[in-house]
Order: sequence, then structure tokens, then C-alpha cells
Amino acid sequence: MVPIDYYILLSAVLFAIGVLGVLIRRNALIIFMSVELMLNSANLAMVAFSSILKNPDGTQVFSGQIFVFFVIAVAAAEVAVGLALIVEIFKSKRSIDVDQMNSMKG
Amino acid sequence: MNLDLILFFILALVAIGTAMGMLLSRNAVYSALFLVLNFITVAVFYLLLGAPFIAMSQITVYAGAIMVLFLFVIMLLGAESLPQAEVLPWQRPLAIGLAVILVGEAAYLLITRATTGANVPLPGEAPNTMVNLRELGMALFNQYLLPFEVTSILLLVAMVGAIVLIRKEKRVH
Repeated sequence: MVPIDYYILLSAVLFAIGVLGVLIRRNALIIFMSVELMLNSANLAMVAFSSILKNPDGTQVFSGQIFVFFVIAVAAAEVAVGLALIVEIFKSKRSIDVDQMNSMKG
Repeated sequence: MNLDLILFFILALVAIGTAMGMLLSRNAVYSALFLVLNFITVAVFYLLLGAPFIAMSQITVYAGAIMVLFLFVIMLLGAESLPQAEVLPWQRPLAIGLAVILVGEAAYLLITRATTGANVPLPGEAPNTMVNLRELGMALFNQYLLPFEVTSILLLVAMVGAIVLIRKEKRVH
């Protein structure tokens, strides 16, 4: 049997890789994908906790899985709007390099 | 060292490897495909944790819809490769250092949890039983009906928002 700590550690490592992606990469699409990776790692942690949680009478509590279901739906909506925004920015700036998106500076 | 643990380690290696591949790949299409592989691996983890419905919705929605959206936009913008420009030289090592600190913190908390006893003691095992889908559906439609309906409105708003953003502006004469 796999201890639940291993799942949480894996979730933390995936989250850190997502953070690295947001900090290091300049391509807006890769940054967006790293954010999705972070959301995914949080989902993994929630499902892992939901698998060991039990009601007082022994039945499974699956609030974590329902929460993950809603997180997946919200992530889908967010990706749709975010990608539309990126396409719009590309139309005016001809680039998706985040270092060049500084028109509102100063 | 039983089969569960071996399977977990192999899958964890694939998950971390594909995440690093997404991070380090110069070609955006490769990154997207690495991320698809990562999502499928996480879906297998959900199956191991007894959540078949979440695993299938992960494959259908995340790997099947969201990543396809990403690939569409990558192809549309021609963003396969970004030309190299100057980066601040201290940025990359600082980011890697901070990420290592993050993982170190999480690992430290996990390792020292048992000795301090400050948190709720966990049973420490992940079970093998699958969640009863019928009960999940009943809970979703009885107890969580309001978030369910609000999510459907959210998806509608996202659809309308995406279309409004893309539409050409009408010039008023």
C-alpha cells in the first residue's frame, strides 16, 4: 500500500515545477500551461486526501472528488477566456513574449 | 516493496519527467504534448486513488479539450519556437533556488509531521476501493446542486466572453 505522504510530496513537486515554469519561461502559452500544471497538482492532493477520509459510519467521504470536478470545470472556462485574451494580444503585438507586454508600464 | 509501490514510483517518475519536459522544451508543441502525457499520468493516479469518474473527466476535459485548445492556439499563432532574447542572468538560478526551497519545505513538513504530532494523525494508507459512482452522482445533484448550476452559468459566461473577445469591432459611422 502507498502511504498518502508520497502522493502529497508528488503534488508538491509538480506544483514547484509549475512555479518554475511561470517564473522562468517567457512564452505566454508555456506560462499558462504551467498554471494548469499547478492546478492539476492541487487536484491530485485533493483526490489523495479524499481517498482516505471516511465518515464516522465507515462510508467514504468524497467531497474532495466533487471539488476536483468543479476545479476541472472552472479551469476549462479559464483556459477558454485566457487563450482568447492571448490571441487578442497577439493580434496587436505580433508576439507572445511576456517581456514585450509592457505597454501599461509607467 | 509490493506492486502498488513500484507502480506508484514508475508513474511518479513519468509524471515528474513529463512536467520537466514541458518546462524545458524549446518547442511549444512538444511542451503541450508533454503536458498531455502528464495529465494522462495523473488520471492513472486518480484511478489508483479510487476516483474513476474524476480520472475519466480528467482525460476528457483536461487532456482532451483544454490541451487541444492549447494546441489550436499554438498552431494559430505560429508560436512553435520563440526567438531567444536577453534574460536577466540572475533570474534563472534564483527561480530554481526558490522552487527547491518550496519542495524542501513540503518535504520537511511531511517528514516531521509524525514527530511533532501537531496535525490530525492520518491513517497513512491509500485504499483500493473505487468510489460508488451512484452515490457521487446523488451527492452532486442533491447536496452540491447550487455549485453545479453556478458552474454551468460560468461555462456559459466563459463561452460568451471568448466569442466577444475575438469578434471584430464594428465601426460606427
